[in-house]
Amino acid sequence: MEEKKNTKGKSLPWFGIPALGRFLKPYRRRIAGMVLLGSVSSLIDSIYPLFNKHILNVNVGGMTLKGLPLTLLLYLLILGFQVWDNYITMFLCSRLELWMNRDLRDAVFGHVQTLSFSYFNQNSVGYIHSRVMSDTGKIGELVSWRMMDFVWNFAYILSVVVVMFLTDVRLAMFILALVPIAVLIILFFQKKLVVLNHRVREINATITSDFNEGITGVRSIKALAAEEKLFGDFRGDTKDMEKAAVKTARNSALFSSSVTMFSALALALVLWQGGMLNQQNLMRIGTLSVFLSYALGIMDPIQNVINTLSALITIQVNIERVTRLLGTESDVKDSPEVIRTYGDSFFPKKENWEPLDGHIEFRDVSFRYPDGEEMVLEHFNLDVPQGASVAIVGETGAGKSTLVNLVCRFFEPTQGQVLIDGRDARERSQLWLHSHIGYVLQTPHLFTGTVRENLCYGNPDATDAQIMEALALVSADQVVNRLEKGLDSEVGEGGSNLSTGERQLISFARAILADPRILVLDEATSSVDTVTEKTIQEATKKVTQGRTSFLIAHRLSTVTDCDTILAVKDGKIVEQGTHHELMEQKGYYYQLVMQQYEDEQIASMWGKDA
Amino acid sequence: MEKTEPKQIPGASVPDKKTSAVTLILKFLKGSKGLFLLSIFFAATMSFLELVNPRLIAYTVDSVLGDREPDLPRIMQRVMDLVGLGDPAFLRPRLYLIAIAVLVVALLSALCRYLFRTFNSRAEERMVRNMRERLYDHIIHLPITWHNRNQTGDIIQRCTSDVDTIRNFLSEQLVTLVRVVILIVLAIWFMAGVHVGLTVVAVLLVPFIIGYSLYFHNKIGESFQHVDEMEGRLSAMAQENLAGVRVVRAFGREKYEKDRFEKMNETYMNTWIHLMKLLSRFWALGDLTSGLQVLLIVLAGAILCVRGELTAGEYIAFISYNAMLTWPVRMLGRVISDMSKAGISIERIRYIIDSVPEEPQAPVPERVPDFSGDITFDHVSFGYEQEEVLRDVSFTLPGGRTLGILGGTGSGKSTLVQLLDRLYDLDADQGAIRIDGVDIRELPRKVLREHVGMVLQEPFLFSGSLEENILLTLERGTGKEQERKEYRQKRLHQAASVAALEDTVRKFAKGYDTYVGERGVTLSGGQKQRTAIAQVLVSRPPIMIFDDSLSAVDAQTDAYIRKQLQKTQAGTTTILISHRISTLMKADLICVLDHGRVAELGTHAQLMEKGGIYRQIYDLQKPEM
Repeated sequence: MEEKKNTKGKSLPWFGIPALGRFLKPYRRRIAGMVLLGSVSSLIDSIYPLFNKHILNVNVGGMTLKGLPLTLLLYLLILGFQVWDNYITMFLCSRLELWMNRDLRDAVFGHVQTLSFSYFNQNSVGYIHSRVMSDTGKIGELVSWRMMDFVWNFAYILSVVVVMFLTDVRLAMFILALVPIAVLIILFFQKKLVVLNHRVREINATITSDFNEGITGVRSIKALAAEEKLFGDFRGDTKDMEKAAVKTARNSALFSSSVTMFSALALALVLWQGGMLNQQNLMRIGTLSVFLSYALGIMDPIQNVINTLSALITIQVNIERVTRLLGTESDVKDSPEVIRTYGDSFFPKKENWEPLDGHIEFRDVSFRYPDGEEMVLEHFNLDVPQGASVAIVGETGAGKSTLVNLVCRFFEPTQGQVLIDGRDARERSQLWLHSHIGYVLQTPHLFTGTVRENLCYGNPDATDAQIMEALALVSADQVVNRLEKGLDSEVGEGGSNLSTGERQLISFARAILADPRILVLDEATSSVDTVTEKTIQEATKKVTQGRTSFLIAHRLSTVTDCDTILAVKDGKIVEQGTHHELMEQKGYYYQLVMQQYEDEQIASMWGKDA
Repeated sequence: MEKTEPKQIPGASVPDKKTSAVTLILKFLKGSKGLFLLSIFFAATMSFLELVNPRLIAYTVDSVLGDREPDLPRIMQRVMDLVGLGDPAFLRPRLYLIAIAVLVVALLSALCRYLFRTFNSRAEERMVRNMRERLYDHIIHLPITWHNRNQTGDIIQRCTSDVDTIRNFLSEQLVTLVRVVILIVLAIWFMAGVHVGLTVVAVLLVPFIIGYSLYFHNKIGESFQHVDEMEGRLSAMAQENLAGVRVVRAFGREKYEKDRFEKMNETYMNTWIHLMKLLSRFWALGDLTSGLQVLLIVLAGAILCVRGELTAGEYIAFISYNAMLTWPVRMLGRVISDMSKAGISIERIRYIIDSVPEEPQAPVPERVPDFSGDITFDHVSFGYEQEEVLRDVSFTLPGGRTLGILGGTGSGKSTLVQLLDRLYDLDADQGAIRIDGVDIRELPRKVLREHVGMVLQEPFLFSGSLEENILLTLERGTGKEQERKEYRQKRLHQAASVAALEDTVRKFAKGYDTYVGERGVTLSGGQKQRTAIAQVLVSRPPIMIFDDSLSAVDAQTDAYIRKQLQKTQAGTTTILISHRISTLMKADLICVLDHGRVAELGTHAQLMEKGGIYRQIYDLQKPEM
């Protein structure tokens, strides 16, 4: 679905190649060199049969070895030159591919870092990931190997045609007359095979997802005694696969057989016509042999040229996706004046940064998500003094993150202002703001690497003493002590070597080390054992002290001390006040608290006689 | 992969077998062996035919255009005589006949090529299909304990990429190997037919070419692995960055991330450069040796021609045979190094095939019980691995009655009902579960499960329409097409209306044709649960289990569904698991499970009287009557 939405829009001219101009430009000299060397190599390929002709006509025909050493020496020289030429071309070509890949990937990745959250909401991680990893690779291959293939084959065809015409116009015409028919046949099969291959890939994907279903859904399958039914469906898919794959193979076999037939036709023509010329003493044996090898060798290059052209059409989609991504602008952008003073995300001018106190004010803020229809905030006002704490409560999926998104300037208000220390948030750079924010996520996100690297994420210059202090503050020091290599232990991909609770504590310590003025805590819904939960609650209290903090809370017991509590329902703030005020109101917050109280009571009851 | 011995399954106690790799491959090749042999036959014929035309050309050049005695291999000469082309004098004014002969041979060889590729793909696809079906069928019949032990991603990889590796091994590498060997033998044979001495010169470099091909392919293989690994790391880094975009932005670490990625990207590129260096060297060496080999032959050939030991036509023919030798020889090294990879994949697939499925042979039951009879748990204790989950559970649920089970997290409620459905099996010393007096271990699982309808806590919907999902287990029925259709529709709507699904589905644009599952519409938890209830109701089993199946449904709908069930499912023995008292209080028997033990057992009134956990929870929840 996503795919379709994103591939719409106008097609780029010239298969999108000009859009890659800025990436190709630095390598234009190398590309020119490649084209030149590649053409020379093809030219040499096309003159090899001439050696044969010469030896046949002069030496074999004349029964003499005179001049043979010289001929062979020349052959050896040319061979040596061509091997060198090919080696260099390949060197240049592979470098070009790899450099292009690197440049494109760096550019796309770097650009993604600047895109706003609305882009991430509208495009899945998988989609963006494919742009970074696979599209760039395909484009790199296109501009290097595919292009080189084209040069090699095209140059070969061109030089063979020239040599043929120079040798014998009549025979050359015979062979050339066959070319248009061959092209038509190749085009016909190409088109058909693209469709057939697509179908095979589709069924293949279905079969993989069948396996996935059979394995992840095994409990349901067994409980329903549905093994036979599902196996029947699966067999239907494998049968389709067999049919489609055999049909595809049959067509491609027909294709390659027709191409060989065509070469044979050319061969037969040359043998017949050339033989007659020879009989009339109009053509020598050696010349005939040259034509025989050309007749056999020209069909493959024609097929290759057509292959390259069809690849170009396929890869156009990838080029378009990448250029569209690079052309997407963030809807949260710093103005040029702000960048001039504060720098941008990659080149900050820290010397101009003011300190941040943490006084935040929402002034008449209305907000609608860029992809949403409804206003989720309307004329909202809230003053959060420096060091105050705000709790946001409500059910899962009620839209509790909205306010935090605005404070962090992940989104900007549709109307009104968010003021930070009395000035509109837009008057200072995003990086300035973000450098003063600590963020502890619901599902703590750690990066592959060591514990130290993760802890220093927000403060690369932290000393070991500072790190240990921060760890101790949230009782995470025992986690590190338990690990074999201490701070230098690997956390695994996404922190998989640590338990959820441990990851949570590490991410607390990470936030403390950054020493932020504003702290955002997105509390975990996942269940951790009671001891860990206690530790985390203690940590929460310590971390929020003296900092302006926003708590997105699920366990309501943690928010009773907060200065302001906002209750959110269906995306909108329905109640606002302190714990006591809201309890007195006996509204939505009261309901949530009572519900949770009941659940906790029941849970504790089960523990009693354990 | 850690491989623990599967626990002994009572009633299915077949020892863990060990199939040899050859037996396994023969098993997979069932039904495709003949096709493979045909494809190899046509490959050989094709290779043979491809060698004829060069000879024909030599004959034309030497004997038809020139005036030498024909010097064809005996078989060819005989065939030529047979079709009347044996006499050069006859052909001299009729060159077009030679052109036709060339075309006929080409046509035959194209036909063989077509047949070879067609048979090869038919054999290949038949075999892959066979492999996939065997694996799928085997996997869904493996016990839940096996599935718990093994990771989904790993099994799927074995069923997809390892299957592809074996497919390549059998259909590509093995066939290529046979073809390559045939080609090399034929080419050498034909060359020797032209001139033995020159043939020796031609094959002089062959051992060297095979040697360095093997050497390079091994190195290239290693290098490829390294590149793959690095790509995986770079890919994971991008993935982490994108998934953790909030953390990156909130800490203002865009530059750090960009630098880190660029560094990794550079490293990745360098591993590629290393690989490309190897490849370019390999190719250059190949070009050079091929060129040198041609040089040697041209030199030797020319000398022989001048000495009169070789004709011009033979010289041309020899050169074209030599061209046919180059490709297969270069290919040989590659095939040999690729083939070594297949062994690992066969091992990985064998792990699945050798695991023992739930019911290797369906036991014949002595007596099929009346499934509407009493259900008895007789001193049942059970645990997974070391952990004990149920301890000495005993009770009897009279047929047609309702049992309510109340319990906290980890109390063993789900395990209890899964034992009844034989998703797990009790050992002989772990007590017994009986239906109408028959131990369920004596029943074939299929029979048992068809009579016990269980709605799981987290039901799984299959890719397909809502209708397909609900009617999944309803037998096709007999009678006319139209009648069957109407019957199925009737059952669909009956079940859906009891599960309170009708109104919801009406809101979908495509109604019951709405596509759900992996690639379909995402249903909410409650909608999924209600679909699963309808799915079980459709086949009207005499025993129904609801394992917390209404947890994601609001209280009102919960009550509605229970009322409907009572009305329509009278006579069904029902087990309800819930932590809502209101769901359970009307049950005929209520069992309170606490840490695997039956803490309280009785009717609502009895338990209220008793004043234990049940009473306390009742007081807290105060359900509206």
